[in-house]
This record gives sequence, C-alpha cells and structure tokens, in this order.
Amino acid sequence: MNLSRNWLADFVDVSDIENKAYCDRMTDTGSKVEGFEVLGEDIENVLVGRITSITPHENSDHLQICMLNVGGAEDVQIVTGAQNVFEGAIVPVALAPAKLPGDVVIKAGKLRGVASNGMLCSIGELNLTTHDMPGAIEDGILILDESFADKIGMDIREALMLSDSVVEFEITSNRPDCLSVIGLARETAVSFDRDLRIPTPAVKGVQDGDTVTNHITVAIDAPELCSRYTARVVKNVKIAPSPLWLRMRLRASGVRPINNIVDITNYVMLEYGQPMHAFDYACLDGSAIRVRRAAAGEQFMSLDDQPHTLDETMLVIADANKAVALAGVMGGANSEITEKTATVVFESANFMGSSVRVTAKKQGMRTESSARFEKGLDPENTLPAIQRACELVELLGAGDVVDGIIDLYPGKTEPTVLPLEPEKINYFLGVKLDGDYMADILRRLDCKVEGGMITVPSFRADLACMADIAEEIIRIYGYNTIESTSINAGITQGCRTPEQAYTEELHNALVGMGLYQIETFSFISPKFYDRIALPADSPLRRSVVISNPLGEDTSVMRTTALPSMLDVLARNKNFANENVALYEMATVYIPDEDAAKLPDERKQLTLGMYGDGVDFYRLKGVCENLLDLSGIRGARDVACGDDPTCHPGRCAKIMLADGSCAGILGEVHPTVARTYDLDNGTLIAALDFAVLFANRGGLVEYKPLPKFPASTRDFSFVCAEALEVGHIEEIMAKAGGRLVEDIRLFDIYRGPQIGEGNKSVSIRVTLRAADRTLTVEECDKAAAKIIAALDRELGIKLRG
Amino acid sequence: MRETLERIRSTAMEQLAAPNADLEQIRIQYLGKKGELTAVLRGMGKLSAEERPVIGQLANEVRADIEAAITAQAEKNAAAALEKKLVDERIDVTMPGVAPARGRRHPLAIIQHEMEEIFIGMGFQIAEGPEVEYDYYNFQALNIPENHPARDTQDTFYITENILLRSQTSPVQVHVMEEQRPPIRIISPGRVYRSDAMDATHSPLFHQLEGLVVDRGITMGDLKGMLELAAKQMFGEQTRIRFRPHHFPFTEPSAEVDVSCFACGGKGCRLCKGEGWIEILGAGMVHPNVLRNCNIDPEEYSGFAFGMGIERITMLKYHIDDIRHLYENDVRFLSQF
Repeated sequence: MNLSRNWLADFVDVSDIENKAYCDRMTDTGSKVEGFEVLGEDIENVLVGRITSITPHENSDHLQICMLNVGGAEDVQIVTGAQNVFEGAIVPVALAPAKLPGDVVIKAGKLRGVASNGMLCSIGELNLTTHDMPGAIEDGILILDESFADKIGMDIREALMLSDSVVEFEITSNRPDCLSVIGLARETAVSFDRDLRIPTPAVKGVQDGDTVTNHITVAIDAPELCSRYTARVVKNVKIAPSPLWLRMRLRASGVRPINNIVDITNYVMLEYGQPMHAFDYACLDGSAIRVRRAAAGEQFMSLDDQPHTLDETMLVIADANKAVALAGVMGGANSEITEKTATVVFESANFMGSSVRVTAKKQGMRTESSARFEKGLDPENTLPAIQRACELVELLGAGDVVDGIIDLYPGKTEPTVLPLEPEKINYFLGVKLDGDYMADILRRLDCKVEGGMITVPSFRADLACMADIAEEIIRIYGYNTIESTSINAGITQGCRTPEQAYTEELHNALVGMGLYQIETFSFISPKFYDRIALPADSPLRRSVVISNPLGEDTSVMRTTALPSMLDVLARNKNFANENVALYEMATVYIPDEDAAKLPDERKQLTLGMYGDGVDFYRLKGVCENLLDLSGIRGARDVACGDDPTCHPGRCAKIMLADGSCAGILGEVHPTVARTYDLDNGTLIAALDFAVLFANRGGLVEYKPLPKFPASTRDFSFVCAEALEVGHIEEIMAKAGGRLVEDIRLFDIYRGPQIGEGNKSVSIRVTLRAADRTLTVEECDKAAAKIIAALDRELGIKLRG
Repeated sequence: MRETLERIRSTAMEQLAAPNADLEQIRIQYLGKKGELTAVLRGMGKLSAEERPVIGQLANEVRADIEAAITAQAEKNAAAALEKKLVDERIDVTMPGVAPARGRRHPLAIIQHEMEEIFIGMGFQIAEGPEVEYDYYNFQALNIPENHPARDTQDTFYITENILLRSQTSPVQVHVMEEQRPPIRIISPGRVYRSDAMDATHSPLFHQLEGLVVDRGITMGDLKGMLELAAKQMFGEQTRIRFRPHHFPFTEPSAEVDVSCFACGGKGCRLCKGEGWIEILGAGMVHPNVLRNCNIDPEEYSGFAFGMGIERITMLKYHIDDIRHLYENDVRFLSQF
C-alpha cells in the first residue's frame, strides 16, 4: 500500500514529522514501512512560463527562438525544436541551471549560435504520462491551459501538485483495514497521539423527484457469498478527465488516472479501502442487478478483454441476462464505462473473502479489488464508501446523483464484545500497565470501552481474544519497553535423543576420516533414476510426486540420495577439484501404498569419493570404521553383482550378523560414470541409518588384557583368483577353533610364476589362550587342522 | 723396566693424540693379551722383591692412564660423531606438512549445530517431524484455515490436496503439543519447502529452526529474555535485540526480531545496509487457538514460539552472498568452513 502524505493530511496532521521519523514510528506500532519516496525531488528550477514571442532561427529550419515570461522582470530566451508551441502558450520552463528526472541537468548554452537559457519541457521530461496530463501530447511541449494563467513564475512542482511523499507499507493479511488512507490515518493518529478527523460524506442528491428504484432493482441470490450490496445511480454523467489534484493523488498511489467516474471508484477504494465498481447503466439488461453464482461453463469477458470460463463456486454480478462483473475481482467488458456513458450504477458491496480469493486464483487475475476482498472486508464500510463516491461526483460535476440508496444487507452481524482484563494482559506480556491506559489506547483504535467490556469496531475482525487485545496495547505502548525476564518454570532436561546423539557421532567420525558433508535437494527429476540405471520395474522408481513443481528437475521426492551424490561428485570433477570425498546424511521418501498417507522418511547416509589412492578398499575402510564406532560386530561384505549403479565385480552388500543389510558400497558402474561424466574408479556407498542405529552396540565392556603370550602361524598358498579371502578366512577360523584370536591377510601377490587366474595369499593366524601359554604342540595341532580344512574344503595346498 | 714403562706411556699418549687414532687398535697394542704393557707385567717375576711393588704400581698407573685416555678420546669421538650426525640430519622445517585428511561439516550444519547446542544448554530438546506433511499440521492447526490469505505468503508445494511439503517447521510444534504435556521446551530444526525459484537469495528448499516453550505463566518478557540470551551466545556478548510488531497467524502478539549488527555493532555498515539492525527471526506468544487445537487449555498455559532461517544466519555470519553456494557443494567452498 502506497500512502500519499498529502492525502493523509486530509485526516490527520503529522506535517511536522519528517519522513524517516514517521516511517520508524509506524513500523514500531505495527504498520511495517518498506520505504518512502519523495516525489518531485528530482525536479529543480522548472517554472510555469508564458511564451511572449516566437521568432524563427536564422541558421535552422526547425529551431525556434522563444521569449518567455517566467514571472521575472525580463523575459528569458530559450531555443526550442518543438513544433507545437505558439505565442501565448503556457509551458513548463526548465530555467538553467535546472534538474529534470533521470538526473538530467539543463545548462545555459548556444544552439547554432543563439543563446538558450534553458529548455521547454514535455510530459516525458517531467516523468508524466498522458494519463496524468490528459490532452497532452508525448512528442511535444506540455501546453498548460489558461487555468495556469495566474501561476506564471510558479515552481512547476507546486503548479502541477507534483510534490508529495509516498510511504510504502507492507500490510499484513490480518489488517485489510490498513489498505486504505483512512485506515493508515487511524494508525497514524494513534501512533503519534494526534486527532483523527474523518468527515462523513455529504451527498446533496439531485432532488428532482426521481429515485434510484425508478432505475434499477437489486437482488442477492447468494447471500452466503455477499453479505451486503449497496448501489446508487448517477444520471446525466459527463465523462471527462478528473481534476489535477485527484489525478496527482492517484498517480502518487501508483494508480493510473482514466476518467472521472473510473477515477472516483479507484479514489474511494484507496481512501476507504472499499473496492467499488461502476457499471454503464445502458448495458444492464432489464435494469436489474442479480448477485448470483455463475453457471457451470458460463462465459465472461473481463474489461481487460480476457475471456473466462466460470463455475458454480464463483460469484457474479449479472443483469437480467448475463454476467456483468466477476464479483470483487473485475468488471466485464460488456458494461464498461466509456466516453458515451450517460448513466452510471455505482456498486459498493461486501463479498466473502475466501470465495473472492479462490475465484481470483482460478482465473489467474489478482486485482487491487480481490487483494482487499480476500482478506475479509468490513461490511459496514460499503455505505460510507458509496456516499463518498457520490460526494465526489457532485464535487467534480461529473453527473447528477439520483436520490435514494439501494442497500441490501443480509449478512449483518453483531459486533464482537470482549472483556478488558488488565491483570491478565499485564501478566501475559510481562508489563505493568494501568487499565485506564489500556482503555485509552483501545478507544483511540475506535473500540468502545465501557464497564470493563470492549466493543470491537466492525473493521477489526482480527480482534477476537485477550491475546489480540494484548497485542493492540503493547504495539502502541512499545514492544521494546517489555523487560527481558527469565522463564520461571520447572526445569527441563536439554539433551539429544540417542538417535540424534548417534547421528552426531557419525558426523564426527566421517569428518575425522576426511569426508566433506554436503547438503542436496530432497526433490529430484524422475530422470535421475535412469541416470543411475535403476531398472524399469525397480520399486525405488515409485516416488512422492509434487503436483505443482517448479520444474521437472525438482518434481519428485527422492527414494535414494545416490543421484544427488553422483551429481555433486560430477560437479566437483567438472570444477577440476582433485581428491574429493563426500558424505550426506540425506533423507529419502518412500511412498506409502496408500496415497492418503505420509511417506516413510528414512535417513540414508551416502558416501562418495574419487582421487588419489581411492579404491574399493579405501571406501570399505571408511564403512568398517563406521561399523566399528557403532559397536557393530560380525558384519560381512558380500559381493553383489546385480546392483545396477555399481560395477558388478566391485560392489558389496554390508550384511550384519542378524542378516539385515546395512547398505551397499562399490565402484560406480562405467556406464553410469559415463552419464555423469565421472572417471571410472569413482566410489559410492549408501548406508541405511535405521539399520545401523538398530544394530549399534551397547555400552563397551572392558576385556582384560591377555596375560599369556600369543603364537602366530603364517600360511601362504596359491589359489584361484575367484576364491574370496573372506571365505578362506572363515574356513580357517572355524578349523582353528577357540584358540584363534585373529586372522589377518598380510600379503597378496599375482604374477607370471603364480599362473594366470591365480593369486598367492599369505595369512597370519594369531593363537592364544586366556589361561596359559600355548605349547608348540597345541599350536601345531591347530595349524594342522587349518591346513587340513583348507585342503579338504577348498583344495588348497600350502606353498613350499 | 721403568724406562720401558715410561716409553710405553709416552708413545701410547702420542698415538692417541694423533688425529683419527684407531682406539681399538691402540688398546690391543698396549693393553691386549699380547700387548706391550701386558708383556711388561708378565716380566715382573724377574724383578727383585723390592722393585716389584714399585714397578707394579707404576705399571698399574700407566695402564690406568692409557685406559682413561682411550675412554676420554672415545667419548670425544662419540660427541663429535653425534654432532656431525645432527648437522647431517638437519631438515627443512618450512616444507609443507603431510596432514591426515580432514573433513568438514557443511556450513549450514555448523550453524545449526551451534544453535542446537545453545538451546540444549537452556533446557531444550530437539524435536523432529515429517517434511512431507498433512495440510492440517502445516496450516489448519496453526490457525491458518483453508483459503486464508496468509497461505499466499508461503507458496506451497502440494502432493495431494491434503498432503504437502511443509512450508515451515511450525507443524512440529503441533505434533509435540499433541504428544506431550507442558512443560514443553523444544527446538525443531529442519528442511522446509516453498515454491520460490532459485536465485541469489531464494531457494525452493531451505532450513528453519523453530522453538517452542509452553508452561504455566510464560510471558512475552520471557520470550524476549530467552531470545536475548540466545542472540548473545550466537552473535556475541554485545548483541542487543529489538522487537517489531508483525503478524503470524499462530502467534499473538507476534514480532519480527532484529539483532544489532554483529559486523558493525549497530553503527551501520554494508552487512546491515546501514540500518545497524539485522532481521533475524519471527516470534510471538502461541495463539490460544493453536493451544486449543492441541488440547492445551490457554486459560491455564501460555507459551512462546520463535523461528529463524538457518540459511539466512549462515549467510550473514559467513558473509555468503549467494544462497546457491550452499547447495552447489563445491569443495572449494566447503573447505572454507
């Protein structure tokens, strides 16, 4: 809402308060100011002048030499190229040195040898339009009419009423009453403790015995959507431009002047906050207005010439045959005010906010009118507003106001009455204010306060309970006068839940292992599933779908965070970042079978890395560390050849002792790597947080340090490449029995002497008993069992 | 014999004094089993009874002298050798270190964690709620009925008519109040979604941190006191806060809260756009309708709630000028925090 301070001055005098101070105080009392603009500031030394003579320029066939009376003793000589000037014309004269909008500086100079002491101005040069100055031309000097004859020498800003300050308010949705000059004047008056004067509009009426009902009938068919409809008729209308003062107020408020009748409706909307409409009476079939729901599929052309298809949820203003306005949103092209309009019907009505909001949204046409209605307007306001419109008609001589008012008010309600509870309010806010002081503030906000009861004004539907009243009082008294206090209440334990604490542990461990945390969007493109090569029938392709996404790239909620990880890896590779190791504590969204239910939101820990020394075992080491810190024992990595995203020979599932799968890790499949433009050898993992959390170990229990020495036995043998070390170790452990403390691979070798398809494996077994030093015989016996098992189960013969 | 001993002493000493003397060879030459001094001592039997102790004593003296001289020279040599070794082993300490890889938390996580710690220290617990949420929790229970204009300020992504991506963390308040009786003291950080196209200051996904306190006798002064304390911990002891009236459907009275600019201390600078204050959060007293929706009697209990944008605070604190950096995850950016 742009507020003209000139306009504000009609209702409250704060002329002594500078813009900055005004804006600060208004913000402090709850009417947030976005900023202010001083109009006319960019114009300096432009005066009203009259051309006394024009002579042709000797050296030019298009320049003319004008002598101008600008109120001084001597005329001023200015050379102009404009062709629409004539002797006796009243024009704006930029008298050098002068300033014009757009940081234009006018200096004295010579034009083809003839001195010119300034410039005659067009509307554009004064930052005006043909709407602001009807009748003016765009490509010539602004010729002012003879009403400016007594203003020769006057500053153009004063003559054209260009000087004003406009304050831009950000009005919150609970205060539609403040989307008006009067509403803001009320806030201004209470904020600065000034008197508020709101005159009651006075309409004389034409008093010719004619009455409104001779012209029109009004019926409300849908009172649930229209609580009040007020109408008056103006005849003998003379469509003309509005006077300068009115045009300049509309201009300052950011509204384009059109003609007197249309301008009056806009003026009243801005002043009273009540949207108005004017119909051309001649276009109303049957001289009737019906407020009804639209028929399904009803066609309507709005006055901006856009076609609309309506439905039964929408309210229209119709005549006997057709819709002439979309209620509260926009009038129709079929009943628009034109140059020929002779009789006008003014509408000032109250429509249900949510209905207007839905209609405007469906039709994609949010207007100044609908933006006000949708917040819920005061039905009591329709009458003063229509009276003000008619008062302006008379003031402007725009027509004859027919006596009588049609005022249907099916939705009249009782005012809200609330108790004034100073003690409660003081306690709630943490202040100590006097009850009389509270009552005084409320009265200045137009509440009635009597016998401890507050009658809320009709335009303040937002005041409905003690907390609302408390806010009214404290915003005027000052939020910042509240003293800070400490909560006086029972102690509460501040802590993280075990799950949150575990999450922090994982973060710390990952950061400690050199990984960088990333944050990526939860929504992705469904195409991302193709990029990670998910098969067409993969259940992961079923995602929660956003019905109104910004674009396809962010249209479904991810069921896996791997595409996001790959995306970030690819981006970093593209940025030529070397040696990248990343992790994300991501959320994935697994839809429920029942679309009416919320999806399962699961935490997925994704890891990704590429660079020097990065291979499967590096990433596996990171995963092993995570399992270790989680106290998860007995996990096994099982080769996984069928994960679509990973290399079939370099991928494993992490299987926990209870048979659950904690996740998957592997090298990115070369085909997938290519779609992301990643190098082969990029590693990724996806771990299921819930599984890790569920399987994490409890408190650590200390084991006594061994009292007796260990013995080691090394086993070296050649076996087939395909034989997994994990499998060999399992067999060795089983065969070695209870004495086996540790089994560790310490060398693996491949080479020509071993033979194609073979590998040489060296494994050290540590043997120990808790209660004695093992004898050589005992150790040899264990070793023999291991050797026998290797031979028996795997056909492995020891080397050498 | 005396002369022989004296000669042995003097030649031994001479040899020892020579540079690069072979100490072991000298020891063997004089003191070894077949050494010169040993030979003299063997010949002692031929001496008279009177001479024997005198020569014996002298021989022992000579032996001790040579031994001492050898030891002294050995120590000297060792010291010199060590000295040389230390000089030879000198390294260039200005060469770069070989650090084990060090990872980083994401800047958003750093700030979120910092704020969590502050509030945990004041007795708050961390509550979590779904990001894909029912309309009821995101709007209706928070006093924002259907077709309420306040919904316009939060352009929402919808899944179905009744399910949406939460546009704020406030629905967690409702979940907590439904499940827990006062005293309630929670914060709820998390992702929220609004249908804003990505640009330097907007992202369709961002993080909020919500706070809620409900108990008997909670006042607006308490809200101010708590936010003041939190702001001081977050931005420094000198920080002041300022309330401006505002409107949120789920709090009444509602306020926008500014902190004094932590870059200039309130004098006005580029960060605070010359204002001296930076808007940082929204807050207010929990609306009685919201309490009632959660079966908490507003006549008995009151509470306050506050919410802030983690991106905003992160960007202010680290002077990050473009929100897109936070979601691009370029390690050259991430490695700065």
